[in-house]
Amino acid sequence: MPRALHVVDPGPLSTVQDTGRPGHAHLGVPRSGWLDEPAATLANRLVGNDPGAAVIETTVGGVELRADGAVTVAVTGAAAPVTVDGRAAAWGEPLSLRPGQVFRLGPPRAGVRSYVAVSGGVAVPAVLGSRATDVLSGLGPAPLSAGDELPVGLGASPRPVDAPRLPRLDGVLRVDPGPRADWLDGGVRRLLDGAWQVTADSNRVGLRLAGEALPRARTDELPSEGIVLGGVQVPPDGQPLVFLADHPTTGGYPVVAVVLAGDRWQCAQLRPGDAVRFRAAGR
Amino acid sequence: MQVLPAGRDALLAEPPDPVDVPTLYADLRRDLDCRDLVPGARTVLLDGVPDPESARAYLGAWAPSGRADGDVGRLVEVPTTYDGADLDDVARIWGMTRAEAVATHTGTAFVVAFCGFTPGFAYCTGLPDDLAVPRLDRPRPRVPAGSVGLAGEFTGVYPGESPGGWRLVGRTDLRLWDAARDEPALLAPGTRVRFREV
Repeated sequence: MPRALHVVDPGPLSTVQDTGRPGHAHLGVPRSGWLDEPAATLANRLVGNDPGAAVIETTVGGVELRADGAVTVAVTGAAAPVTVDGRAAAWGEPLSLRPGQVFRLGPPRAGVRSYVAVSGGVAVPAVLGSRATDVLSGLGPAPLSAGDELPVGLGASPRPVDAPRLPRLDGVLRVDPGPRADWLDGGVRRLLDGAWQVTADSNRVGLRLAGEALPRARTDELPSEGIVLGGVQVPPDGQPLVFLADHPTTGGYPVVAVVLAGDRWQCAQLRPGDAVRFRAAGR
Repeated sequence: MQVLPAGRDALLAEPPDPVDVPTLYADLRRDLDCRDLVPGARTVLLDGVPDPESARAYLGAWAPSGRADGDVGRLVEVPTTYDGADLDDVARIWGMTRAEAVATHTGTAFVVAFCGFTPGFAYCTGLPDDLAVPRLDRPRPRVPAGSVGLAGEFTGVYPGESPGGWRLVGRTDLRLWDAARDEPALLAPGTRVRFREV
């Protein structure tokens, strides 16, 4: 019997994510994919999947899934209370669900996005080689809604993994200079000196920040150019944003810095109101 | 050529003359190993470069070959019904009759400079600078798929229904984007484009 996860309640926003669809940016296709890579790949390891298997990315929890068939799941990322049929269950460990059991992920105590991996991976059809939901372009499956049946791939066997050593969320993002640092009056220094706060309109496209507006050295229009993941863009209002996985492929505002790959996971977990500082990465 | 840093594994290349961007893009696609090559209006982004130093060396030594930029890609003809809501405005901005505006558009050899905004949306260049038209002051909340529009120096075709601020001159039945096709975007960068009135 084919196995599936039945979505009882998707919470505020739950999507299917994997490594995304890099390699198509020249056609205007965003890369997409999970925002917190260390958490997502750990979830896959916990259930015995390949690291790139498709998982569910939740946003501030509140998700309820029913096992249609015997499956093993594991939750990582933002730490949140987990229950199976109403009884407390472990976070960050493989959980065996019997057919019909209901798995619930409550609101996280800290962080934003949790990852639910299932042995065999979420097996929705791939678009351009990826099962990721791209909220900007609409490619990939729609965000989960109540009543969805998510097919599950052939089961893998969970194997013991090292105790997860999770990096610390401290709101300090290390950056390299971006291509248009000279468009800022005072250069990238002004970004590094600023105290920033995450705003509520942050999403999978970008982590949006508020603080003392960054003055531009140039006010002319920048002809559209390619954008990189982690790019820190400064629009005319002087409030920076960090581009995340669903970012547009090209843009017309200067990118003044680029967040190091190793710190991008933090952008997935910072909450509105959290403090952010940028620090020069050095070599 | 200016080569700007864009993080640990990416470079932004800006040739002195933007007219060389399509040739640079085509040469990089042929010669360089990297995850994404993203042309822009004046630049080519090299993203996911395994060896940035050798990529820098390649860019430092690069010179535009003798090819005219119109010869880079294959030719796609776009059958177009010129009945767009903004065609009269465009003709007025150009100081032409409606028929002259259509003849100007169909007589222009376009090339896809880059894609962006949405999958398969191509920014086609070819119109002379003095025929640039401003975007609409107020974008339309819904522009139908296949709409042919003008903004600034560019002509584009909306691959799907979306909001849009381009001035609409016509429409085509061509399917611009299909993720299930081998070549999902009909108008990829470097493609030569001709609009034909139907």
